[in-house]
This record gives sequence, structure tokens and C-alpha cells, in this order.
Amino acid sequence: MSHDIPKPEEMARINFEPPERDWTETPVIFKPGTYNYPAGKKNVEYLKMPNPHAWAVDDKDWGLPDKWKEKILGGMSDRLEKYRSFSLFMDICVRCGACADKCHFFMGSGDPKNMPVLRAELLRSIYRKNFTVAGKILGSLAGGRELTEDVIKEWYYYFYQCTECRRCSVFCPYGIDTAEITMMGRELLYELGLGINWALEPAANCFRTGNHLGLQPHTFKDNIEFVVDELETATGINAMPSFNRKGAEILFITPSADVFAEPAIYTLMGYLLMFKYLDLDVTFSSYASEGGNFGLFTSHDTIKSLNAKMYHESERLGVKWILGGECGHMWRVVHQYMDTLNGPANHLEVPKSPITGTVFENTRSTKMVHICEFTSDLIKHNKLKLDPRRNRKVIPTFHDSCNPARAMGILEEPRYILRNVCEQFYDMPENTIREQTFCCAGGAGLGNDENMEMRLRGGLPRGNAVAHVRDKHGVNMLACICAIDKATLPPLVEYWAPGVDVCGVHELVGNALVMPGESDERKAGKINLRAQELDDESEGGGDA
Amino acid sequence: MKAITALVAVIVLFAIAYMAGPSAKFVFGVAIPYAALAIFIGGIIYRVAFKWGKAPVPFAIATTCGQQKSHPWIKHSSIENPSTTGGVIVRMALEVLTFRSLFRNTRMSVKDGPRVTYDGEWLLWAAAMAFHWSFLIIVLRHMRFFTEPVPFFVPLLQTVDGFFEIGVPALYLTGAGLLAAVGVLFLRRLLDPHVRYISLAADYFPLFLIMGIAITGILMRHFMKTDIVGVKEMATGLATFQPVVPDGIAPIFFAHMFLVCVLLAYFPFSKLTHMAGVFMSPTRNLRCNSREVRHINPWNHPVRVHTYAEYEDEFRDKMKACDLPVDKQESDEPDKGKAKAKGADKKKKDDDD
Repeated sequence: MSHDIPKPEEMARINFEPPERDWTETPVIFKPGTYNYPAGKKNVEYLKMPNPHAWAVDDKDWGLPDKWKEKILGGMSDRLEKYRSFSLFMDICVRCGACADKCHFFMGSGDPKNMPVLRAELLRSIYRKNFTVAGKILGSLAGGRELTEDVIKEWYYYFYQCTECRRCSVFCPYGIDTAEITMMGRELLYELGLGINWALEPAANCFRTGNHLGLQPHTFKDNIEFVVDELETATGINAMPSFNRKGAEILFITPSADVFAEPAIYTLMGYLLMFKYLDLDVTFSSYASEGGNFGLFTSHDTIKSLNAKMYHESERLGVKWILGGECGHMWRVVHQYMDTLNGPANHLEVPKSPITGTVFENTRSTKMVHICEFTSDLIKHNKLKLDPRRNRKVIPTFHDSCNPARAMGILEEPRYILRNVCEQFYDMPENTIREQTFCCAGGAGLGNDENMEMRLRGGLPRGNAVAHVRDKHGVNMLACICAIDKATLPPLVEYWAPGVDVCGVHELVGNALVMPGESDERKAGKINLRAQELDDESEGGGDA
Repeated sequence: MKAITALVAVIVLFAIAYMAGPSAKFVFGVAIPYAALAIFIGGIIYRVAFKWGKAPVPFAIATTCGQQKSHPWIKHSSIENPSTTGGVIVRMALEVLTFRSLFRNTRMSVKDGPRVTYDGEWLLWAAAMAFHWSFLIIVLRHMRFFTEPVPFFVPLLQTVDGFFEIGVPALYLTGAGLLAAVGVLFLRRLLDPHVRYISLAADYFPLFLIMGIAITGILMRHFMKTDIVGVKEMATGLATFQPVVPDGIAPIFFAHMFLVCVLLAYFPFSKLTHMAGVFMSPTRNLRCNSREVRHINPWNHPVRVHTYAEYEDEFRDKMKACDLPVDKQESDEPDKGKAKAKGADKKKKDDDD
């Protein structure tokens, strides 16, 4: 990080007073710690996107291509015809302001351009000026404004200060979804070759190697083998999975962070133990080795391009259906985009649990089941032997990730699992969970270090709700079902709610699972998946 | 400043009709009303059928506000996360008739500690409900001028609306309610620093316009009487396409009617189209069962995909070396495979291992 992060008390003194000057006359200031670095030229080139060039945010000249205005306006016109959402949301906002204080970035920064309504107005003002009769005639009186290079810079700043979490869309009386606006804004910026590296490099890597970090097949396999070794140390059980195995019943796809990043690797351990316990006929793929899809943060075409691997690989391997791991935006893509873009998946069968016989009717067409749907069904049918005492040191709360909550609605399944694998469970206040949940402030490609101050600002509402249940109930673990969360929540809770740790739901499943052949230490409940010794001196958990 | 511009515009519009109305009664009594209605209907049709309607809904982007339908033993939120058309209809009805989403509104504040709090904030919801419902009832009440015989529900509405019998003729609750609600919405826009900051002249203009309509209406009913028989004759004439403009109609009526005409003509080209747009919002009016039933995108064009075969061509040797199964032992087109691998090598990342 290139600058000092203010202390929490200082950060929480937020100036909510809007500036004197009209927002159209307030230029954007790129404050270090609050913006993202540009997409590298090689990544723009690799994805064959327009105008690859090297540039920096500090540059006065951002290297816009010739006829850049025409490109933006042409791009807008094209999208107005292709997306009813965009066409409608440009017209019907009444600026009632109900969305204003629903955005975590506005709450944490006080910057009025982070009010969802104003974020959309950044684009709407250009729309009015160029696409509406009133705007063409009356100009600024009708809310129109000229498209200038400063507007492009402003878009870059604020469309990358939105995590596409869709919380505002819950409160909007017309269901205006800022994620749609942001997605269009980002696509338009890509027409000029402008994007952020933290989103585009994973997308480029994923295109080539199948996963965000660019792990090649042997490295992907190595990483899982490493996790398997660690797991064996912690449990005495070898849970080595198979790779690229034709004829398996189920293809399992999880975010690649699960194979290399802490604490996500402990979630992977949980899956592996459970698969072993069930003797599930499941295989991993090195080609479709990424559940996440940074296309969602880039462009609709990139979503399709990256997501295509899931069905493509499931067809090649001849599996019956696909099981998906814990991930947020991956599940938005799977639930709302995959079948439309790359289906119909006629090569697959309607998913049926080989253990319980449950047919997952809600996945009849897409044929992909969420691991929490799968596991909750197992628990309901008493197919897992669980000992919640092994999680006795853990007092969890559950962070609903934006996309599984607001673009899917998987709210009860993970809670049901947590209540069955832990002795205690406490929810955060109702304004901060389920469909009203708060973002980790690092989603949609913003979870990088250079943007840390903005992430922590945006993390205030989530962090504060965690601190609330920590103080009230002794909560010491923030469980979640999203790989981005597992990467971005640890610094957030360390800053706003110290004493609380972050884990995946299936890490806790893995801890509680009573496995045949496990080590004596595990049998006695003295060690968890993180290979931490659980002595009973400090019984009861809570933050130390 | 924006508010003043809008206010001046409405005052000018009022003055034009008030002064010119009686002397150009055919223009203000017949030509403008027909033109305004034509613009209103044509404009709404253009917007709904040709602008929004022509753009497809490529993706099932519903905002889910409750538990999905999954296991039979988990209670499904069939309205907030509807999986059936019936559920969507109820969700939309609640949205349109009760402003369901706005009812969720909260006010956030950051207190010392820091402690972030969320309090219920129903003022906007209440004012919006009072405003829209009053407006609807007022429009329906006005049917007594345009129809003969008057439909049965109109006198019923009049009776209920004038229930308290304040004054003679009885003051309509909706008339007062509309004015009060518009006043609240205006004050909120003016006094809340954030709402003021986002407001455009185009946000104040319809508020003043509707205020003007309500005030002229109330004035006419209670204070500045006009020839009500003449008005009815004129309105029925308009409705039956046999326009007549009797003499003796007061200027205030022309002002009232002109402001209504301005509202009608302004409607389709402004944010007021939210009235029609709310029905078309894809985050609300779609079923949320997008894994159960495939949503079709009419323009789902092909994109560049990195196929498994291309992947295996690039990484075959490495895959074989670590015992990952491969489909082919050698590339079909060794040159092509090599060229690809070479191209990719340039972009090879150091984080391979």
C-alpha cells in the first residue's frame, strides 16, 4: 500500500455534507488508496479487446483512441437496443434518493457520487444529452451534459467504486439495478481500452489456463495435492480426488482460490473430506478449474467466453451433472447467465443426489447444484455423521454474500448447515443480512491492495455488524460461501472487528464430520482442519 | 436555482392560460387538450412498445429478496423470490399498489463508536402512497365530467372522498391529500441535503405543475366558481368528439385544464414514465427460477472460446508429465499447436509454479 490507512475512529468520522458545487462541476480526484490500477496492455490484447495501450491514472492523457466519443455513443446506442434494463433504467429514475444510504461505499466515504442514484446519473446525463429530445434541446436544464475526457475519468473512478452488489436494487421502487449500469459503464470504458487489471488479468488468465491465477494443469494439480497432504496431517485421512476423469458421475467446479489461498483451502479440505466420506463419484477438472468468472466484472461477452468451459468440459468428460463450490459471483453467473449463454445442457441429466436420491428440481435446466444445496440435503437425510463439539471453539455468524443472496436467494441452506455443524450460531442484525446483506467491498474486481482504503471504507457496515455480534454473543467466526469474501473479509474484520476470523461453511462441515479412519487426535476433537490444537483450557471460544 | 427555474416555468404556463384562455377558448379548450392527449397516448405507446419493448431482456436478472425455491423442507419465499408467474403477479401488484420496495426504506447513520444504525424511514413511502393514490382517485372522480351517464363508482368515490363534509361543497380528502403529499415531497427534495444535491430542474417541474393543478382545482371548487354546467358540456363534447366551448367559462378553468395538458404532454418524455416503466422492470417482473427453466436471449451471439482441444494442445506435455489424462497423445496439427504454444509463451506468467 502506497499510503497510510487512517485509524478506524478517524475513518468512521465521515463527512456526509455534499459539496457546495453541483456534482457536474465537481471534478474527480484520484486519491491513492481509493482507485484501481489500469488493465495491463497484454491482458487487453490477450482478450482481443479494443485499443490495448499502456497508461496510468496519473497521466493527463489517457490515450483514448481516435473518434472515442463516437465509440462511446455508438456503444451506448447498441446497448440501449440490446438491454431493456439499460434502456429502462436510463429513463425511469425519479431521483427519490431511497438508494442513497444503501450503498456501502457511500456509507463509508460520504462521497455523493457513491450514492447509487448519482453513480447512474454519471451515465444518464450523457444519455439525456445525446439520446433524448429534451436533453438535446434544453441541455443541462434537462439534466444533460457534454461527454468529455473528464467524464470518462469520472466513470473509471466510480464504476470501479461499485461492487455490483445490488443492495440498492432491493430498495429502489422501480428495481433499478446499479449493477446493470455499472456493467454497461465498464463495457463502454473497454471500448476505449480502459479497464482495471485486477479484473482483467484474472479474466485473461482464466481464458488461457482455466483459472484466475493462471495455474497451468500441473500446478493446479500440485496445489490440490499440497492441500491433500496438509489435510492428511490434520486428519490422518488421504482424500485425494481424481482429475479430468471421464465417466465420473459429477464434475465439481469451485473457485480456484480454494486450491491456493487461505482460508479458502480449508473449505476445499471440507469438500474433499465429505467427498471421501460419501465415496462420491466426482472429478475435478484442470481445464474448467475456475468457478469464478471475472467476465461478470468485464463484459457480457467475456462472461460467456469464460463460462463456456463448464458445459464444454462436462460434455467432454461425460458426467451427469455439475456440482459447484462456495462462490459468490460464480453463482450469479450460474444461476442467471449460464444456461441462457451456453445452454441448453442437453448432454447432462437432471441432478440427483446419489446418496439421498433427492432430485434437485430447481436445477432441472441448468443442471448445476450448489454445494450448500447438496450438503443441506445430506444433513436433512441424516447421511453425515456430525459432531458439532469439534467446532466448540467456533461461534459463527453468517455473512450472506451479495450474489447468492440477491441473485439467487440461497439464504437458509448455509444457515441450516451451520446450525448442524456448530453448537452455537448467531445472525447479525436484520438490516445487514439476507437480501439486505452488505458487501465485503472487494467484489467485482476491487479486492486489490491499491484500493485498500476504499475497501475498508466500504467495509464499515459489514464490519460494524460483525463487531456487534462479537460484543453481544461472543461471535468469533464469520462464515461465508464466497471465495472473494474469504480473500477480502480477513483484512476487513481485522480492521473493523478484530478478534473475528473468516471461514467457509464447508470448513466447519469438514471439522464436524466423523470420518472412518481418522487420527486419534481428531477423534478426540483436539485438532481442526487448520491443524490448530484445540485444548480445552480456554473452553467456550469467544475472542481472546 | 433549479427549483426556481421550474417554479417560474409553471407560473408562466399558468399565466398564459389564465390570460389567453377565455379569448382563445377553442385553442385552450379543444385544440390543446386533443393535442396533449394525442402526445400522451402516442408518447407512452412509443416508449413502452417501441423503445423499451423493442429492447429484449437478455438475462434473467431478477433481484431475489427472499429464500429461493430449493428443498421442499425449506420455506420458499414465493413472493419475494417468485418461481411462478402467479408469484410474479403478486410481487408486481405489491410493488405497484403498495410500493413494497420503498416500504423497506431505512435511514442509516454513523454514530460514535463507531456504531452504524438503521432506522425505519417511512416518510417517503407515506408521502408517495398518499400522492399516487390521491392522484388516481382524483382522476377517477373527474370522470363525472366526461361521462353521461356517470359510472356507478364515481359518486361512490365522491361520497367517500368527501366523507367529512368539511365546507360546502365538501372538501375532498384526496384534493387536500394530494397537495399535502406534493408539499412533503417538495420539502424533502429541498431540505434533505442529499436529495437536493441529486435533484434536477426536471424533478421540481412536475411537482410544481401538479401543485398548480391541485391548487387551481381546489380554487375552482371552493373559491373561484366557474360555470360547472358549461364545463360538463365541454368535457362531454371532448369525450364524444363533438367539441363545443360554451361561453362563460372562467379563466381559472382554462389555467387548470392547460396545466393538465402540459402534464399529459410532458409525461412520456420525462421521468414520469416510471408509471409505465415499473411494470417492465426486469429485476422485479421475472420469475427467479432461472436454473429450472432456461431464459432465452434473442441475440445470444457466439464469442471466442478457448476450447479444451486448444488447451490440451498448449499444455499436453505438462499434462502428460503429471499424469493428467489427455485426449490425444499428439496434436493433429503440430504446427498449429506449436504456434499457439509459442504465442502463449510470450504471455506466460511467472506465477506458474
